[in-house]
Amino acid sequence: MKGGEAIIKSLRDQGVEIVFGYPGGVLLPLYDAIYDSDLKHILVRHEQCAAHAADGFARASGKVGVCIGTSGPGATNLITGIATAYMDSSPIVAIAGQVASHLIGNDAFQEVDTIGITMPITKHNYQAMKANEIPGMIKSAFYIAGTGRPGPVVLDLPKDVQEEELEYELAKAIELPGYKPTKKGHPLQLKKAAELILNSEKPVILAGGGVILSEASEELLSFANRVEAPVTTSLMGKGSFPEDNSLSLGMLGMHGRKVSNLIVDECDCLIAIGCRFSDRTTGLISDFAKNAKIIHIDIDPAEIGKNVDVDVPIVGDAKTVLNDLIRIIDMKKHSSNENKWLEHVTTFKNSCIPRLSFNEIPLKPQQVIKELSEAITDDTIVTTDVGQNQMWMAHYFASRNPRKFISSGGLGTMGFGFPAAMGAKIAMPNNDVIAVCGDGGFLMVCQDLATIKEYDIPVVICVLDNRHLGMVAQWQKLFYNERMSHTHLGQSPDFVKLAESFGVKAERIEKPGEMKEAVQRAIRSGEPYLLDVIIDPDEILPMVPPGCALTEIVGEYKVEREFPDEIIYKATSKEEGD
Amino acid sequence: MIKLEESRTHIISALVLHKPGVLQRVSGLFTRRGFNIETITVGTSENKNLARMTIISKGDEKVLEQITKQLNKLIDVIKVRDLDPDITVKRELCLIKVHTATEKARAEVIQYTNIFRGRVIDVNPETLTVEITGDPEKIEAMIDLVSNFGIKEIARTGPTAITRGNKTI
Repeated sequence: MKGGEAIIKSLRDQGVEIVFGYPGGVLLPLYDAIYDSDLKHILVRHEQCAAHAADGFARASGKVGVCIGTSGPGATNLITGIATAYMDSSPIVAIAGQVASHLIGNDAFQEVDTIGITMPITKHNYQAMKANEIPGMIKSAFYIAGTGRPGPVVLDLPKDVQEEELEYELAKAIELPGYKPTKKGHPLQLKKAAELILNSEKPVILAGGGVILSEASEELLSFANRVEAPVTTSLMGKGSFPEDNSLSLGMLGMHGRKVSNLIVDECDCLIAIGCRFSDRTTGLISDFAKNAKIIHIDIDPAEIGKNVDVDVPIVGDAKTVLNDLIRIIDMKKHSSNENKWLEHVTTFKNSCIPRLSFNEIPLKPQQVIKELSEAITDDTIVTTDVGQNQMWMAHYFASRNPRKFISSGGLGTMGFGFPAAMGAKIAMPNNDVIAVCGDGGFLMVCQDLATIKEYDIPVVICVLDNRHLGMVAQWQKLFYNERMSHTHLGQSPDFVKLAESFGVKAERIEKPGEMKEAVQRAIRSGEPYLLDVIIDPDEILPMVPPGCALTEIVGEYKVEREFPDEIIYKATSKEEGD
Repeated sequence: MIKLEESRTHIISALVLHKPGVLQRVSGLFTRRGFNIETITVGTSENKNLARMTIISKGDEKVLEQITKQLNKLIDVIKVRDLDPDITVKRELCLIKVHTATEKARAEVIQYTNIFRGRVIDVNPETLTVEITGDPEKIEAMIDLVSNFGIKEIARTGPTAITRGNKTI
């Protein structure tokens, strides 16, 4: 067997059925082997989309996604997708071709130091120098990518190694003496945490992406019910807790819900699970949850104490730790009938539910998201791009299930939403998949309309079209004296015609009431579909300015109902303070 | 008691897989996370598959905790320990080429070298090259002493370290 065939066989041994890739000179041996194999291959139209699709595949299914790119530019085009997966702890294996081993270091045609470049953005990477290393490397790569805190692994495979003959042996047990993720929380720490929780009067749970990665949503729900604590999430944690549950506060942070930001400020015990306290989540760190003792549960010990000082650290898998905590708390808890904290939280929450209905033209994004929500089911997977579209979705869209809200959090990669949706649809063919993008981000990856057309991947793309790089424009409006430097995108292209030129059905949505039916029509069509939704370019989302505490929300917070008088908490808005 | 915010010099000893690219992973990590490296030495260890790295770094306890945790996350890093300075022996090798054009200068430098338990390893009419080992402070002192003669070149390894007693990392 040749190296190229060994790659495929090793991938098949890991349960891989489908890969996203783009061939090239040094990948000819591998692609020649793919020609005869039962491994399905989706030919994307840009390697970045292969990486994002593998990432979307992984996030939607929990399985490791695989992408392939050739040496040099193929590998560098994968980089953005690899870094995106790294920042959001998404398990992907990226296979990069490399020039023949005798040429490495000679600045050969399409040579780049893939190993060196990807070191800081991967969990690990490998370069095979002999074909017989391939089976073991691929097995290790999948193990590393998918266990512990997941992340991307890169395999760099020189052309001659793909051509070399080897005796294929099923890879033996993996020896990784430097890699032993901790699953179980330390008993003493668990006990301390349980005591802290039971003695607190105002507990709040902050759930991050780790809850979803560890499949701990059920445990989170039962834990929250036990300790009667409201639950806020980071962007990555969205979907880990049903947002229509009375305990749910919605997302926290710079673009978070007012109730989350203010309740976290008030709480006396913050139970953070599988989150890394990113600056977008905490706001000014010295003011973050300043009245609270903090319990931090994370599988990655390096995340504990990195950004926020923690009172009770617990290193372990969210699911295992939550189960243990539930058991300890059940033994000790005395039930009480009244819970003033929850009453207070609920009253406050009800006073600042964001307003969604706007009967206006141009459309308000809130109205668009409201209609979108009405058109889809709990099983629908929604991906977002990055910018206003993402934050509007995070803020206004109620996510009820894990792995159903997919977004680029850490890296904030424009162009992520559409290819991620493609990968999610491949992973979960029975679920409807909708990509909510901005016009800027979608244009970065629109060439892959060809891919969804050619392979008939029925994703629905909603382009929230305001002809602006909305988030940057929002900052320019708020913090740079409305000097709108290079954030207006002009009138080109016509997104409907663009989609149609690829053979993808498309319509334009301009009025309230049109969106819901259009989405249902698009889903029913069973074909790839694009909706160009013309929205109000002046709509901005209230936010916490960079460097400010979470309580310092700027911008008008439009709510469903006016504030009742008994609510003491009002955002100290910058405008009010002046 | 050690104050948490107090910045001090730490000696980090790490056992890593003995293979290409590991030094780059470690040094890259320091650069990327903004940790400082004063010196780093790498050599084989008691196990032929493992190399030992000794890294001298300055930082407060919080930074040190992050350094050790982040190092531990690297798949090729097997063990990391921040060595307790009270029970750690640090040694460094230093080669100094001193300008010694006169008989008197040569005699004096040889004398200093003997006092510092060093060795003369090369001599010619213009210069004398000496080898000194010891903890970094001792080497500093020797360099200080001979600097008046005119130092032409210095090559230092940076310290390597091991703890006293029968414990290993």
